Amino acid sequence: MKRFLGFIKKEFYHIFRDKRSMFILFGMPIAQIMLFGFAITNEINNVNIAILDKSKDSETQKIINKISASKYFHIEETINSESQIQSIFEKGKVKAVVIFENHFSKNLQTSKQGKVQIITDATDPNIANTITNYTNAILLNYIQEVNKTNIPTYSIDTQTQLYYNPELKGVFTFVPGVMTVILMLVSAMMTSISITREKELGTMEVLLVSPLNPLQVILGKVFPYVFLSIINATVIVILGVFVFGMPIQGSLFLLAAESILFIITALSLGILISNIAQTQQTAMMMSLMGLMLPVIILSGFIFPISSMPLPLQIISNIIPAKWFIIIIKAIMLKGATIDIIWKETLILIGMTLFFILLSIKKYKIRLE
Amino acid sequence: MSQEKIIAVKNLSKKFGNFIAVNDISFDVYKGEIFGFLGANGAGKTTAMKMLIGISKPTSGEAVVADFDVNFQAEMVKKNIGYMSQKFSMYDDLTIKENITFFGGIYGLSRNQIKEKTAQLISDLGLENELNKLVGDLPLGWKQKLSFSVALLHEPKIVFLDEPTGGVDPITRRQFWEMIYAEAHKGTTIFVTTHYMDEAEYCDRVSIMVEGKIEALESPKNLKQQYKVTSMNEVFLKLARNVE
Repeated sequence: MKRFLGFIKKEFYHIFRDKRSMFILFGMPIAQIMLFGFAITNEINNVNIAILDKSKDSETQKIINKISASKYFHIEETINSESQIQSIFEKGKVKAVVIFENHFSKNLQTSKQGKVQIITDATDPNIANTITNYTNAILLNYIQEVNKTNIPTYSIDTQTQLYYNPELKGVFTFVPGVMTVILMLVSAMMTSISITREKELGTMEVLLVSPLNPLQVILGKVFPYVFLSIINATVIVILGVFVFGMPIQGSLFLLAAESILFIITALSLGILISNIAQTQQTAMMMSLMGLMLPVIILSGFIFPISSMPLPLQIISNIIPAKWFIIIIKAIMLKGATIDIIWKETLILIGMTLFFILLSIKKYKIRLE
Repeated sequence: MSQEKIIAVKNLSKKFGNFIAVNDISFDVYKGEIFGFLGANGAGKTTAMKMLIGISKPTSGEAVVADFDVNFQAEMVKKNIGYMSQKFSMYDDLTIKENITFFGGIYGLSRNQIKEKTAQLISDLGLENELNKLVGDLPLGWKQKLSFSVALLHEPKIVFLDEPTGGVDPITRRQFWEMIYAEAHKGTTIFVTTHYMDEAEYCDRVSIMVEGKIEALESPKNLKQQYKVTSMNEVFLKLARNVE
């Protein structure tokens, strides 16, 4: 045990004395969460739009007031004919035009249906989509208010209800996503690099000739990263909650336990990589290409899995990160307990055991 | 030099697939001697040594090192030997003191023992002012001497040196060999691989490996007489030619 502690102490010296490690460990999580939180977001704020009101009655004025009162939109211009639409889009002045049909108010009363057209500049499809959704939400809200006072009620032809994330806040998807990416990065990449580093320097040979057994060597290398990953996960959750208002509906204990499970999954992948790779560079490339890219692209962090082509959907099942994101989203947003996410948890445990067994099998320390 | 065997190798072989890296070698090393293990690159000396230090399993044959069988008691073998690899084997980003503490620790030395050893080692090497300097900032010659001292921290019966003087200047090599002599004088057995033939002259006995087999095992003086030449370099060339 004393030997083991000495080993861990040495490992911390390596980490704390290496500027790059320190940056990846502590700078990266904070930078990433701030970036995703403030810059890379699907939310819109003060988007410039134009209004084409052909009806110009009291009802359209109410809706326009509602739109301009929301913090999402800024009415940049009011235009008079459809011929102007093309030119204002081309100038890039506005992202969307909201058009009210002729006799909007009258149609609403007679046929119980008013028509509004939303034209968006879809060069940025995500923003266009969000604008449409937000405008719809405002219209819906208006119709509900009107219906309270009017009998018989006007018809509502769309009904949208957004559960768990009614404001469609990006923060709710990126906090679990960033946490997954960071845990993968720290646990898998950093450990595989730190193990291959010793191989490259020749110190691994010296350690293996020492009375330490190979298992102790590997555990000693891995332990500091378990510790640091837990700290990282905590920092991300705290930032998510206090800076971005991420809710945690479920139990913190379950969240911590699942996170530790995922850390172990990632570590076992890191060990597997360090068994195959002989140099730090190879280990880094393998971690980035083999782990980071799938985590970012196929885990459902950025691109929804349900809209991927079927082959990719099938492949996404073997990405541990996918299951972890499902688990922590369920805990944070829906307050899920273990009897809801036991299946995903079992899959993660199974994957971890598989990676560990594979590592043991591959565990031939080839020294040239 | 006593006749007490400290390494006894019998019919040791190592195969990698169809390739026979070490082919049925047998030899003994006696307590307190400086044993030179020579051979060209690829002759099998590193593979043979790895079996002796317990990190590679022999395909067949047996070897007893410091009274323990490498086939069955590799862990005990490891406790009783010291090892210095050809790549410089300490941590550059740790200070001299931290390196000594770490390596002492993994060999199970107590805190007091480590303290004592550190003080002694530092004064022997004249490194009093460098104790808290990073090892990476030291010149190569000092690193090598330090590395050798660290391999001896736990007072092993045998120390294995794998090409210890690669890349250092002749003066440092000379000093390094003085350290080796001093240690051998205390009764520690030195098992050293090298490809510097002039260094072979410093050994009590040398074995020369060619293509997996031991082709010669004698004192340098006898070998030179036997082959009627004046230097070990010529002995080596003659042997290699014979095999071809």
